[in-house]
Amino acid sequence: MSNEHASALAHQFDDLDQQFEASTLGMWVFLVQEILFFGGLFLAYSIYRLQYPQAFEAASRLLDYKLGALNTAVLICSSLTMALAVRSAQLGQRRALVNYLLMTIALGAVFLGVKVVEYGDKFEHHLVPGPHFALSAHEPHLIGINPQHVQLFFSLYFAMTGMHALHMVVGIGILAVLVVMAWRGRFSEEYYTPVDIVGLYWHFVDIVWIFLFPLLYLISRH
Amino acid sequence: METNVVGVDQSSSGEPSAPPRVHYLNAAYGIGSWLLTKDHKRIALLYLLSVTFFFFIGGFFAVLIRLELITPPGDLMQSETYNKMFTMHGVLMIFFFLIPAIPAVLGNFLVPMMIGARDLAFPRINLLSWYIYSIGGLLGMGAVIFGGVDTGWTFYTPYSSTYSNSNVILAALGAFVAGFSSILTGLNFIVTIHKMRAPGLTWSRLPLFIWAHYATSIIQILGTPVVAIAIVLVALERLFHIGIFDPKLGGDPLLFQHLFWFYSHPAVYIMILPAMGVINELITCFSRKRIFGYHFIAGSSIAIAVLGFLVWGHHMFTSGQSIYGGFVFSVLSMLVAIPSAIKVFNWTATFYKGSISYQAPMLYAFGFIGLFTIGGLTGLFLATTAIDVHLHDTYFVVAHFHYIMVGGTIMGYLGGLHYWWPKMTGKIYPEGWARFAALVIFVGFNLTFLPQFILGYLGMPRRYHYYPEEFQVLNVMSSAGASILGVGYLIPMVYFVWSLRYGKASAQNPWGAHGLEWETSSPPPTENFEKQPIVTHEPYDYTPKPEEVAVV
Repeated sequence: MSNEHASALAHQFDDLDQQFEASTLGMWVFLVQEILFFGGLFLAYSIYRLQYPQAFEAASRLLDYKLGALNTAVLICSSLTMALAVRSAQLGQRRALVNYLLMTIALGAVFLGVKVVEYGDKFEHHLVPGPHFALSAHEPHLIGINPQHVQLFFSLYFAMTGMHALHMVVGIGILAVLVVMAWRGRFSEEYYTPVDIVGLYWHFVDIVWIFLFPLLYLISRH
Repeated sequence: METNVVGVDQSSSGEPSAPPRVHYLNAAYGIGSWLLTKDHKRIALLYLLSVTFFFFIGGFFAVLIRLELITPPGDLMQSETYNKMFTMHGVLMIFFFLIPAIPAVLGNFLVPMMIGARDLAFPRINLLSWYIYSIGGLLGMGAVIFGGVDTGWTFYTPYSSTYSNSNVILAALGAFVAGFSSILTGLNFIVTIHKMRAPGLTWSRLPLFIWAHYATSIIQILGTPVVAIAIVLVALERLFHIGIFDPKLGGDPLLFQHLFWFYSHPAVYIMILPAMGVINELITCFSRKRIFGYHFIAGSSIAIAVLGFLVWGHHMFTSGQSIYGGFVFSVLSMLVAIPSAIKVFNWTATFYKGSISYQAPMLYAFGFIGLFTIGGLTGLFLATTAIDVHLHDTYFVVAHFHYIMVGGTIMGYLGGLHYWWPKMTGKIYPEGWARFAALVIFVGFNLTFLPQFILGYLGMPRRYHYYPEEFQVLNVMSSAGASILGVGYLIPMVYFVWSLRYGKASAQNPWGAHGLEWETSSPPPTENFEKQPIVTHEPYDYTPKPEEVAVV
């Protein structure tokens, strides 16, 4: 890498290589922090799942695993388009970069749309924790289950998927900024650091979902 | 009381006819040049101002607490008011002073300079973290103004999530936001230390101050997000009654304590490790001797950071956790004594046959060793499960953590502030006053907190605003000490401000110290160094004078 794009080089760095390495390491350290951020929620989930196995099993059947599976597929596709975006940035293909970034945004939006449908469904069935929480009596597999433990499951469900969705929203916002920057030709073969580290972030958010989907939707299904 | 300051270079103030030198302080003028600065040195000064502000507000609450406790009955304020006083004292002091003080002020200023970099890796994130810190501070202050918080700084559930009628969400949000400032500072330090060292500055040539900040940053990255999510869950539980910690809804309040202490115990090391980093620099400089056991001190910083994550359960010996859990946490807690002792022994060994001068920063270093040793040894009492049952939640605990956190951190912070003040401002502070203040602080501190060990041993619980009459003598001693301590803290503030206008100009290296930060002018230029420094030798290369060698 040369210093042709002097405007991209911040004053505190000696060359673009050093800048790239520093930014990448920074993002990795940030992601370590994110893992521990979600880690508290995963810990809470594991503890209560061990404490109330039947209630959690029954509650997880109230989730729509087909929508969850659809979202998993959507997110994996978005990871692919993100990886292709990074590749286009490395090759200096401006138009392809913009297109792949837009596709990633679109897939992310589909994910959030499906999430809205799911949340709306839970709201209709009074499965949102709080004073209006109620289990409908005709669900046969819920007989003998303490509704408060089911509510605990849904508390964790909304906390975990909500925190994940928040990360998606932030990611889409950052991708939108990248689109504008890419459109203006800010990236090149020498300088594509922002695309690369946003890619890391996007893949991380995908991986969190890859853990959330089986934990919340699948474990008790046969 | 201008006295013999070593190495004041009278000629450094420059020829009268020469134009004033451009440095980071006068490179740009106006409020905007400060509020939008990306220079780590200016951001350090922004932090210095805000940290000092919160220190004195938090100190004000401490004064009210000690005033209330002069007499046995609760005659100065209601119990509810008293609960709010000690909560705000704890929240402000811990989240807005002790945790950021050394990393954000001295670390921000010195980490790039000590490794020969022009700035931190992410200057904009650095500025952002100051704004985040300030917003967190304003939220915390907002909680005070809108009626206060009465949960204690630990926000224990289910009281904080269900029963308390005070501003828990606002205060918790303040702590949450401030946490992100801490994470971003740690992230910046880690990347900077990894990627931006000057040529020749290998890991085993790093100053120990840098090693301490590296270890601290690891804790900040790994611990803070866990308490952040715990605080979010408390807020969600208050807002939506989601029941993760509420036993009525199937939740478990102990889970909150686990998540909280998983951060908040390591947070003690966020406070003390940077102070230890400062003490290393002071002791080797004022002993004129290479530090004893460099690699052991560096390694013990990392060991403390790692072990710090394994001991949180010692806060919960009496909470109903299993006795086997208690036993494991007890043993692990005692292990922290090993790296701590390594440091203290190495400092003591550095004194041996050193040429010690008793400048003000060195007095703080001595103070640190004394207070830290008392605090550390009393920690062993508390780590012993059987004794902890007797001492738990008494003033013994209050005294213990004040010795470690407050005694340790403030001694390190003030020592470091004195030591690098000439570098930061280009001015020399009045040495006599500084020594006097160090003495007052040391005496005041011990008079405040030593009686509290006895109070706690005799059974006075913490967080009570009235007590049986037989405890009054010790409480009056403690309150008297607090007033001396308060005066002690005010003196440096006065003469530091005074020195900005009337202090003598400082030489580049007034202490004759080693380290890259002393190889540039005082105050440094915006880019830190005129040209890229290259490191060719070990740190702390204080070679003894020839005649001393001859004696040996």
